[in-house]
Amino acid sequence: MPALAYLAVAAAGAVMAVAGVAGVLGVAWSLRVEWLVPLGGLELAMDPLAGFFLALVGIAAAPASIYAVGYAAGDRRGVAAYAAFVGAMAVVPLAANVLTFLLAWEAMSLASYALILTEARRSREAVSAAWVYAVMTHAGLACLLAGMLLLAGWTGSVRFGDWYAAVPSLAPGAANVAFVLLALGFSAKAGVIPLHVWLPRAHPAAPSHVSALMSGVMIKLGVYGLLRAGLDWMGPGPAWWGAAVLLAGAVSAVVGVLYALVERDLKRLLAFSSIENVGIVLIGAGAGMLFHSAGLDGLALLGLAAALYHTVNHAVFKALLFLAAGAVVHATGTRDMEALGGLIKRMPWTAGAFLLGSAAIAALPPLNGFVSEWLTFQALLQSLRIPRPELNLVFAVGIAGLALTGGLAVACFVRAFGITFLALPRGEAAGHAHDASPAMRAGMAALALGCVALGLGPTLALPALAGVAASMTGAPVPRGVEDWLTLSVSGQFARLSTPAVTLALLAGLALPAAALAAIGAGRRRRTYETWGCGRLLQTARMEYTATAFANPFKRVFDFFYRPVKQLDIEVHPESRLFVQRLQYENRTRSLFEDWLYRPALATLHRGARRARRLQSGSANLYLMYILAALLAMLVLA
Amino acid sequence: MFRQLRTVLRTGIVTEPVAADLAAVDLERLGAELREAIRRRFGRSLHIRQVDAGSCNGCELEISGLTAPQYDLERFGLHFVASPRHADCLLVTGPVTLNMAEALRRTYHATPDPKIVVAVGDCGRDAGIFRGAYAVVGGVGDVVPVDAVIPGCPPSPRALLAGLLAVIGRSA
Amino acid sequence: MIGDVIGALAQVAAVAGGAPLLVGLLRTLKARLVGRRGPRPWQPYADLAKLLRKDAVVSTTASWVFRVTPYVLAATMLVAALVVPVLLSRPALGHAGNIILVMYLFMLGTFFLALAGLDAGSAFGGMGASREVAVAALAEPTVIVAVFALALRADTIDLGGVVERFAREPLLVANPGHLLAFAAFFIVMIAETGRLPVDNPATHLELTMIHEAMVLEYSGHYLALVEWASAMKLFLFLTLLANLFFPWGVPAEPGLLPVLLGALALGGKLVLLVALLAVVETSVAKLRLFRVPELLAGSFALAVLSVTSVFLLQ
Repeated sequence: MPALAYLAVAAAGAVMAVAGVAGVLGVAWSLRVEWLVPLGGLELAMDPLAGFFLALVGIAAAPASIYAVGYAAGDRRGVAAYAAFVGAMAVVPLAANVLTFLLAWEAMSLASYALILTEARRSREAVSAAWVYAVMTHAGLACLLAGMLLLAGWTGSVRFGDWYAAVPSLAPGAANVAFVLLALGFSAKAGVIPLHVWLPRAHPAAPSHVSALMSGVMIKLGVYGLLRAGLDWMGPGPAWWGAAVLLAGAVSAVVGVLYALVERDLKRLLAFSSIENVGIVLIGAGAGMLFHSAGLDGLALLGLAAALYHTVNHAVFKALLFLAAGAVVHATGTRDMEALGGLIKRMPWTAGAFLLGSAAIAALPPLNGFVSEWLTFQALLQSLRIPRPELNLVFAVGIAGLALTGGLAVACFVRAFGITFLALPRGEAAGHAHDASPAMRAGMAALALGCVALGLGPTLALPALAGVAASMTGAPVPRGVEDWLTLSVSGQFARLSTPAVTLALLAGLALPAAALAAIGAGRRRRTYETWGCGRLLQTARMEYTATAFANPFKRVFDFFYRPVKQLDIEVHPESRLFVQRLQYENRTRSLFEDWLYRPALATLHRGARRARRLQSGSANLYLMYILAALLAMLVLA
Repeated sequence: MFRQLRTVLRTGIVTEPVAADLAAVDLERLGAELREAIRRRFGRSLHIRQVDAGSCNGCELEISGLTAPQYDLERFGLHFVASPRHADCLLVTGPVTLNMAEALRRTYHATPDPKIVVAVGDCGRDAGIFRGAYAVVGGVGDVVPVDAVIPGCPPSPRALLAGLLAVIGRSA
Repeated sequence: MIGDVIGALAQVAAVAGGAPLLVGLLRTLKARLVGRRGPRPWQPYADLAKLLRKDAVVSTTASWVFRVTPYVLAATMLVAALVVPVLLSRPALGHAGNIILVMYLFMLGTFFLALAGLDAGSAFGGMGASREVAVAALAEPTVIVAVFALALRADTIDLGGVVERFAREPLLVANPGHLLAFAAFFIVMIAETGRLPVDNPATHLELTMIHEAMVLEYSGHYLALVEWASAMKLFLFLTLLANLFFPWGVPAEPGLLPVLLGALALGGKLVLLVALLAVVETSVAKLRLFRVPELLAGSFALAVLSVTSVFLLQ
C-alpha cells in the first residue's frame, strides 16, 4: 500500500516536471479561487521562475519516491506527510499572494517536521533535531510574516504581482526594512550561515528520501524567495542588497565545507555540504543582483543563470548522494564513517552512484557541478566592468571564497567516498552489507543520468535558464548559442565544450589501454597483500581513519575549529610503563553555537526567568492585568 | 643560497670512474643465458630496494656511500626506491635473523617479477661471523632465492658498485 | 582540417614524448648542482620501458578504483595537453575550455589518485591522500586569483586569447603585477607537482611523503602510467608558466615552419625554467608539512598583490 502511494507521488512529480518546463519555456497561466483562503483567496500563477522551481520539485521528487518504494516499503507512517510535503513544495513557487504563499510554506515546514519525527522511535536525536528545526523555521516564518504584511500594508495589495510597480514609491528605508525581514526569513530556510543550525540536525535525522528532498528542494525554496524578493517584488534594489547576498554566500560556502570536512556522520557531512552549495548559489545570485543594480544586464543574466544552474545541479547530485547514503545506512545500520569501509565490494551499484555524485559535487569535469561552477567563475571574473572599487572588493572575496571551497569540496568527498566505500570494513556491520534493492537502484540511476545529462548538455539548458533570469530582470531574452556543442560567455571572454572534453577523455582512456593491451600488459598481473613493510599483521586497524584524514585541515584552520584534544591513558596496575588502553578524542567546537546561539539563548532564559515574576498565581493580579490592558486599548483606539 | 651555488661551481663534478669487476661479485648461481636476460632487461635501468634483514649496519653505511657524489650509482641507471613494488632488485644485507625472516619473505613476494636478489656482505652470503648464533637463520639464500652475492665485511662502495655493474652486465 | 588534426597530434606527441625528457633533464641538473655526474637526461625513457614489461602486483584489498586510476590520470593529462597552448596558441581543444578547465582536470586526476591511495588500505596511502588533497585545496585560490590578474590585462580568460594578446602588445607585460603573478604561479607549480620545498620526490621516508605515499602500491605498467602522468603534469605546468607569462614564439596558425620554430622557442623557455627549478630545489630544504600552508598563503598574498597592482595601474 505505501508503495502505491509513493508511486503516485512519483507520477505527480513527473507531471510537475513537465508543467514546470512548460512554464520555463513561456507557457503562463493563473488560477484564482476566492473563497478557499482568507485575505485574497487562493491564487496561483505560473511564470518562468515559478516553472523552474516547480520543475525542480518534480525532478527531485520522482526519483526519490521511486527510491522510497524500496527503502520505506513496509512503513505506513510517513506516507501521508510525504505526499503533503511534496504537494506543499509544489504550491510554494506558484503562490501569487501573501496568504497562499505562507500557508503553503507552513504546510511544507509542518510536513517535514512530522517526517523527521517518524524516526523518533529509533533515535533520541530525532526529537531534539525536530525541535530545533521547528523553532528555527517558525522564527523564519515570523520574519516572513512581518516582511510580507508590512509590504502588503504599504503597497495596499496582497498580490505579489502588484508590488513591483508600487515599491519605487515607498520610502527607501521601508524597502530596506522589508528586504531585510524577507531575507532573514528566506535565509533561515535556505540554511545560510549563521541561521544554519537546524540543517545539520534535521537532515540526517529524517529518512533518506526525505533528506534528499529537504536538501535538494526545500532549502532551494529559500533561494527562490530571495530571488523573488530581491529582483521581482522589489525591483532592482540598491547595490548593498546584492553585495550582502554575495558575501553571505561566500561565507556559507567556505564555512559549510569546512564543517563538512571534519564530520564523521555521513549524512551530517552531506547536510553541511548542502550549506556550502547554497552558498555557491547565492554567490551567483548576488553577482547577478549586483550587475542588475549596476545596469549590466548581460552579466546579470550570466550570474543569475549560473545560480539557477547550480540550483538544479545541486538538487540532482545531492539527492543522489543522500539516496546512496540512505542505502548504506539501510544496509549497515550505522551512519558513522569510522565503522564503515570496504562497501564497494559488497554494494557495487550504490558505490558507483555515490562515486558519480561525489565527482559531480566536487565540480570535476565533465559533470554538471563543473559547468555551474565554471559559469559562476565567469560571472565573477568580469567584475571590473562595475567601476566601483568597493564592489570589486566584494567580488574578489567571492572569487577567493569560491576557489577555496572548490578545492576543499574535492578533499571532503575524497574522504566521504574513500573512507566509507574503499579498503577494508572497519566494523562488523559493514562486513555484512548487502546492496540496494531494485527500486532504490532505479531512483539512484535516474539521478545519475541527470548528472551526466546536465553536464553534457549545458548548451541546451543555459538558454532556458537565461530566459528565466531575463523574465526576472526585465532584460531582453538573449539570442541562441552559436554552436550547440560549445558555450560562449560574454562574446569572446570564455568558452567551454563539455561534449568535446568528454570525447577527449574517453579517447585518452581508450588509447593507452589499447596500447598496453597490445603489448600484453594486462596479462602480467598478480595479487598479494598490501605492502605493510613486511609487518605480520595486516588488519582494518591499519587503515587511515576519517578523523586522521581531516587532521591537516583541523590544524590549518584551527582558529576556526578550535579543536579540543583529549587523551586518556590507562596504564597497567602493576607498572606505569605498560599502557593498557588509550583513548584519543579530537573534537571541533562550533563557532556559531558558542558565540551566537548559546549567549542568545542564555539571555532569553534570563529574560524569561525575570518575566516569570509576572506569573504570581494570584487571581486578583491577573484581573488587574486584564483591566490595565482594556484601559490601554481604549486609550489607543 | 648563493654561497652554496658558488662552492658547487668551484668544486665541480667529483664523481670517480668505476668499471664492472667480476672479482667483486659471486655470480655462480646465474647461468649465461640468465645473465644475458638480466642485461637486456635491467642493463639500462635497475631499481633497487635495500632490505636490512638483521645486519649490524656496516653494510648499510657502505651502501649509503653509493649515493654520494664520489660513487654516484645513478649515472648507471641504478636507483634506490622506497617500496618493493617499485623495485627490480632486492639488495639484502645481514644474516637473516629469526625475527626478520618472515618480513624478508613478504618483501620478496611483494616485489613484482622479473626480479633479482643480491645478498651483500659475508653475512648475506652465509651469516659471516654470526653463523650458528641462536637468533640467526643463516645467509639470505636460506630464506629467499639469491642470484648474486657481493662478499666483504663490509664491501667498500667501489666493490659494491663494481659488483652491481657486473650483475647487470654493464661495463661502465 | 587536416592541419588541425596534425597540429593536435603533434602537440600531444610533444607533451607525451617530451615530458620524460624534461623530468630527466631536471634530475641531471639537480645532480650536477651537487657535484654528481647524475643520470643521463633520457634515463626516464629507459625506466618507463622497463616498467612496461614488468608484472603488476595488485593488493587484495584494492578495488577497480585502484586499477582504473592510472588510466584516468593519463587521460586527464592528455586532454589537458590539448587545451594548454603548447605548440600552437589555439590548440585542438582550446575552444573547449580555459585555465579553470585545466586546473579542474588536474583535480580530477588528484581525486582519483587520492582514492587509489585510500583503496589499498594501508596507512601510507591514506596519509598521502589526506596531505595531497589538503595541499591541492589550499593551492586552488592562488591559481584562480593569479589567472584573474592575467585576464584583467588581456580582457579574456581564454588561454589562446591571453597568449595572442600579450604577444601582440608586449607592453602589457611590463608590469610589476606580472612578475608577482609569475612568482605566485611558480610556487603553486612546486606545490601541485610535488617538488621541493613542498615534497621531496626522491625521499624514502614515508612519514615525509605527500605524493609518493599514494604511489607506493603501484607497480608494473600501472606505475609506468602514473610516473608518465606526473611527468606530463610538470611539463604542462612549466608550459603554462612559459607561454602565459612570456608568450613570444607561440605560433597562431598551424604550419610546418611556425610549429617547428614554436617548438624550439618552447624548448628554450622550458630549459630555462627547469634550470631555475633545479636551482630552487637544490638550495632549499624541505618544509615541515604544517609550514606548507604558510607558503601557500604567501603565494596567495602575492597573487592578491598582483591583482591590486593591475587595478592601481589601470
